[in-house]
Amino acid sequence: MTGARLAVLGVGAVGRSVVELAAEYGHTITAVADSSSAAIDADGIDTEAVLDRKADEGVVGDADPDDALDADYDVLVEATPTTLGDAEPGFSHVAHALNRDKHAVLANKGPVAERYGDLRELEADSDGQIRFEATVGGAIPICSTIDDFGPDHITAARGVLNGTANFILSRMAAEGLDYDHVLAEAQDLGVAEADPTFDVEGIDAALKFVILSNVLADGDEEYTLDDATVEGITDIPGTALELAAEDGRTIRLIGEATPEGVSVGPRLVPDDGPLSVTGTLNIVQLETTHAGRLNISGRGAGGPETATAVLSDVSRLTQ
Amino acid sequence: MSDTASEVQTHTIRLELVDEPGELLGALEPISEAGGNLMSIYHERGNVTPRGHIPVEVDVSCAPDRFDRIVDSLREAGVNVIQAGSERYDEELVVLLVGHLVDTDLSDTLQQVEACANASLTDLSLSAPRGNDDSSSARMRLKTKSGTTDAVLSTLREIADGKDLHVIEPLTEGTQ
Ligand SMILES: NC(=O)c1ccc[n+]([C@@H]2O[C@H](COP(=O)([O-])OP(=O)(O)OC[C@H]3O[C@@H](n4cnc5c(N)ncnc54)[C@H](OP(=O)(O)O)[C@@H]3O)[C@@H](O)[C@H]2O)c1
Repeated sequence: MTGARLAVLGVGAVGRSVVELAAEYGHTITAVADSSSAAIDADGIDTEAVLDRKADEGVVGDADPDDALDADYDVLVEATPTTLGDAEPGFSHVAHALNRDKHAVLANKGPVAERYGDLRELEADSDGQIRFEATVGGAIPICSTIDDFGPDHITAARGVLNGTANFILSRMAAEGLDYDHVLAEAQDLGVAEADPTFDVEGIDAALKFVILSNVLADGDEEYTLDDATVEGITDIPGTALELAAEDGRTIRLIGEATPEGVSVGPRLVPDDGPLSVTGTLNIVQLETTHAGRLNISGRGAGGPETATAVLSDVSRLTQ
Repeated sequence: MSDTASEVQTHTIRLELVDEPGELLGALEPISEAGGNLMSIYHERGNVTPRGHIPVEVDVSCAPDRFDRIVDSLREAGVNVIQAGSERYDEELVVLLVGHLVDTDLSDTLQQVEACANASLTDLSLSAPRGNDDSSSARMRLKTKSGTTDAVLSTLREIADGKDLHVIEPLTEGTQ
């Protein structure tokens, strides 16, 4: 879809970058909302002014956030915080768009991981489509690669889909430091959030592999976070990485989406293998039926990276 | 790869060597002379038998009818053969065990691992805690009978669960 009118919900790292980059992709922003305000203009908002106001005053405009849902738009971009369980308010935002026969592009993992069947049902009754490349691996085209091959031709996905955990593990290995020390460093660098629970307990990675399982199952089966076996990295002592290194291996937080189910946990991998990416990089391996293994790696998070995936999804939408 | 009776098989032989230069080489010579193909050698590092010898495990592949001859020639050459089996311990498994290994009776943990019918522990490295309540780590190298990796891993998980330890498993697929 070219020249689309976008309503962007959420103006955090991702939403802000979508607003900034939309014009470069030929799209217009007709509505923006954060948790307490909205800016709406059917002819296109003044993106710079809106982002300045957000930075200065903490609001994007004088309208009510809910008004953004009823604004003129072709595509709703859902970039509010990921929540578990009912996945609200993200789910209702997407439902609202589909009920209006509009498209929705999600960066928010909640609805796709926790309520995939509900989403697909709403989509089936709508002229609108949903896309969610940004929910899995930021800028890395994973969902669209699966689309291209067809879910029937991919038997499994595995890899590293959490940059924060990967950063911590690769720093622990490189510097011989303990978890707590490296976590503090990661927080100073802005790589880890003040509350890193989602990342270091494996929940964020698990949501992404749940999403991949949903895509691969293609409606035959539905997964949620409850179906995943999840283990984080907080119990790994520095000595474990030392012993692994002595043997030419290292530890990575590896997720797997296979016909047997979804799992995330620390695993031993060869030091020089494709899965031992360092820093905040992500990698996914797709096992294909006739073409062996694909390795796709790149930046799995960050505002502009994730916005790139969102805007590519907008381009992929068909009228 | 079909598996007919006359085909080459991997056998594990446990030896004891005196800790002297050239001993290992001397022990390996009869193997190739008797038609065996040396696949791998495992030193149980830091491990000494009650008699002060070094245990060594070698994997040898040969046709089934050659195996007895290899063991005989080893014994004739004066090598102390502890165990010679034709069981195929031909898959290697490396896992890490982390947690309060010492407080939870490491030797009991290892005994439980050794009791696992499908695996034999060939190497253990321990990295002990720095502080008092830090957890420690152990790297275990196991040889498992082919096709039993999943079973061995689940046994290891059970042993670990019983002591509130964690097993860091290798990724069995996708490592190439
Ligand atoms: N950051 C990444 O690299 C990345 C990568 C992939 C996916 N994602 C996902 O993308 C989403 C956004 O991430 P982010 O990093 O941009 O999050 P963030 O920085 O926390 O921003 C969240 C934004 O959502 C707004 N918001 C909260 N509740 C809202 C509501 N009811 N209606 C409208 N807006 C609401 C917040 O408003 P206020 O500004 O008023 O607080 C804020 O602007 C999350 O679901 C995240 O999991 C992020």
